Amino acid sequence: MNKLTKIFCWLSGLVISLVLISILGDIILNSLESFNLTFLYQVPMSAGRRGGIYPIIISTLLITGISTLVTVPIGTLCAIYLSRHYPSTLVFKKFIKRMIQVLSGVPSIVFGLFGNAIFCTFFGLGFSILSGALTLSCMCLPLFITSVEEGVSSIPDEVIHTTHSLGFSLYTTFKSIVLPLAIPSILSGLVLSVGRALAETAALIFTSGYVDRFPESLLDSGRALSVHIYDLAMNVPGGDQNAYKSSMVLIGLILIINSVFNIIAKIISKEGQLYE
Amino acid sequence: MNDKKVYPWKTELGSNPCCISDTIISINNLSLYYGKKCAFKDISIEVNKNCITGIIGPSGCGKSSFIQCINRLADHVDGVEVTGDIFFHGQNVYDSRVNLINLRKKIGLIFQVPTPLPLSIYENIALPLKEHGFDDISKRVERALVDVGLWVEVKDKLKDSAFKLSGGQKQRLCIARSIALEPEVLLLDEPCSSLDPISSEVIEKLLLNLKSRFTILIVTHNLAQARRVCDHLCAFWYDLNNQHGFLLECGTSHDLFENSSNEVLKDYVGGARG
Repeated sequence: MNKLTKIFCWLSGLVISLVLISILGDIILNSLESFNLTFLYQVPMSAGRRGGIYPIIISTLLITGISTLVTVPIGTLCAIYLSRHYPSTLVFKKFIKRMIQVLSGVPSIVFGLFGNAIFCTFFGLGFSILSGALTLSCMCLPLFITSVEEGVSSIPDEVIHTTHSLGFSLYTTFKSIVLPLAIPSILSGLVLSVGRALAETAALIFTSGYVDRFPESLLDSGRALSVHIYDLAMNVPGGDQNAYKSSMVLIGLILIINSVFNIIAKIISKEGQLYE
Repeated sequence: MNDKKVYPWKTELGSNPCCISDTIISINNLSLYYGKKCAFKDISIEVNKNCITGIIGPSGCGKSSFIQCINRLADHVDGVEVTGDIFFHGQNVYDSRVNLINLRKKIGLIFQVPTPLPLSIYENIALPLKEHGFDDISKRVERALVDVGLWVEVKDKLKDSAFKLSGGQKQRLCIARSIALEPEVLLLDEPCSSLDPISSEVIEKLLLNLKSRFTILIVTHNLAQARRVCDHLCAFWYDLNNQHGFLLECGTSHDLFENSSNEVLKDYVGGARG
């Protein structure tokens, strides 16, 4: 029985690794032969069959960046409110937590249609980078809040009791004590939500649109990398080669952003070790 | 209520010079419930100014909960209900108009486990000072650290994390942090129970020094310590039938240790039980 358990654990590990290796292998093998750096700073031509993806990278970074800028402050404040250290009525907290659980289970296509109805039409932002970014924020918030809330709630009771017994106001407690202690969990929430934002397609098709020009303002439509890949693979005959290359760039981008956040988290927690 | 039983030291003021001074806190019929469970019931005590009042008794009889009622820290536990009155300078601290931030500035509490904040040594004392609007922060930090005998040890590493200190140093830092706010009362919840004997001794000496400036209420499991530092003692016990803590006896520490007529207490302080 012991051996059987070992074999099954080992096999499931192998299956997972194989899936990842085959995806990465397929993409790398198919894109490497014709990949060169000009692909990164050329404008797409002939619906993306030729040329590069420069404007698309810029749109992607803009959409992700703005969505992060919106997500972090709202999400952090909400997470602090929901944490067990914040004094408030339990019923209302439970209600919000349930809402967030439901929200994190909503399919992204629904977020896309919702974003289209609210941001594009109701607020009149049209198909734009801003609409796309705000829609992505709505989608990433549950993920981000859950991660930060766990981090804040794991702050030991003694720390909070001490701030009470020293007569700290709620503001000082959270600004000077809780927030610095929550930074690692904010960063890990960021990695999760940026990863999700970069990978999102369905929600963006309906909100930030298809236009592959260089965006002139945030109210311009801009095509995100994932949308570009989808379009090249599904709607553009002969776009396969560039779809592979774009996929490689997207995966590379996610890896770079993740490792940057991880390095920051490590530096901060190294400083934080002083306080452990 | 039988006055003689509850406040026996009032009848023999002469034997203990510090007891001539005024009552600063008087607690009447205090009970505390966690939901339906009663932690302790009907406790009445008077605390005299510039005295060290010790609270002794076995675990689970509500000593820590009791001390946390005095600066209303118990409020922050879910489902806690407190009945009875605590008068601090004649004002009921359970009055809804009491400003909790000011109350906790006047009545500081030091926990069993040293709880430095995740800040530098300097900021640990400076942040509460800033929060309460003191000026001359750096002078006050220095004075507080001198008062607890920590200045010489840490003056070159004020910017270091407070977590780098040893257990005894951390506890003294916590005491410094509280006395920097110039409170009137210091509540200490078993401040030495996580420390080695040498660090405990340092803290005991410190408490005796601080007595002239503050009123001190200390929960302790260490009877020898209680005998060494406390002027008055309140012995709590656990009522097995009704499952709650209660006040067994109260008096000068000399009386409790030497002249108690209560059999349970005699066995407890004599080391025969507890």
